[in-house]
Amino acid sequence: MDFTEEQIERYSRHIILPEVGGRGQAKLLKSKVFVLGAGGLGSPSLLYLAAAGVGTIGIADGDCVDMSNLQRQVIHNTDTVGKPKVHSAAATINKLNPDVNVVPFHGRLTVDNIREIIRDYDVVLDGSDNFPTRFLMNDAAFFENKPLVSGSMFRFDGQVSIFHPAKGYPCYRCLYPEPPPKGLVPSCQEAGVLGALAGVIGVLQAVETVKQVLGIGESLAGHLMIFDALKMTFRKVKVRKDPECALCGENPTITELKQYEEQACEFKAATCES
Amino acid sequence: MKIRVNGIEREIEAGTTVESLLNMLEIKVQGIAVDINREIVPKRLFSETILNEGDSIEIVRMVGGG
Repeated sequence: MDFTEEQIERYSRHIILPEVGGRGQAKLLKSKVFVLGAGGLGSPSLLYLAAAGVGTIGIADGDCVDMSNLQRQVIHNTDTVGKPKVHSAAATINKLNPDVNVVPFHGRLTVDNIREIIRDYDVVLDGSDNFPTRFLMNDAAFFENKPLVSGSMFRFDGQVSIFHPAKGYPCYRCLYPEPPPKGLVPSCQEAGVLGALAGVIGVLQAVETVKQVLGIGESLAGHLMIFDALKMTFRKVKVRKDPECALCGENPTITELKQYEEQACEFKAATCES
Repeated sequence: MKIRVNGIEREIEAGTTVESLLNMLEIKVQGIAVDINREIVPKRLFSETILNEGDSIEIVRMVGGG
């Protein structure tokens, strides 16, 4: 791949890293990453993936930018309040790096569309804000053999991992077999979250995604990274692929996508300018 | 014997399993994962996993926000 002069300058701090180099940067420019959710986690992930020159970035989100998002969703701004998040995010990315081809999907991912939507991507990143979507994404990533860079957060706590059963690593269900019953674990932002925590977790997802594309270093697959912002501790625990996992185990009982019921507070008014 | 649960030392009887520890602490198995000495124990093994002296147990809450 031939770089333009502008590209050589733009990516110079990558290219001079022996672990990246021109070849690595060319890989990034050819890579395709799908980001589910342009919210708290998606915002910082998307910014760094775009800055890194990931050539194609798919973004799916059915929401519109709300004023209350701006405390942490740093890819959006005051002027894009009311606009679909995917379009707001795409506009920011286009300004940051014209090398990136953004593929926005303003809508909900469902059992009927998710597999086809993620099929063309090399890596998928989950920054969704509810359990039904997390399980749907995990199952779809499994059926499509995609590495899933998963991040989640709540209040002051965050978790990051890569799920990749096709390479012998666990899936999300090896760790958490089923979504929690309704009401037991609040999953919506209404319960509050430290804004900068989204940056910590989302950027860790971007780091793991870039490493995954480049094939460098030790992946977080097979581990769960647990961050506690109040104690300022990172704890890395081992997660094994469960041979009896209902999805990726030896005798799976989940053989197709299933849609879990949404929690009440996840329903949002669908009023949105387009 | 002594173990640590989320960093706090506790005295338990020999033969205590992950499941009986959670019952003792009145923690529901839904919505959590448990790691012993930094390795996640699959949920289906909670009732047969016996804790040992000095084990460090962490109860990890599932978080879903994004």
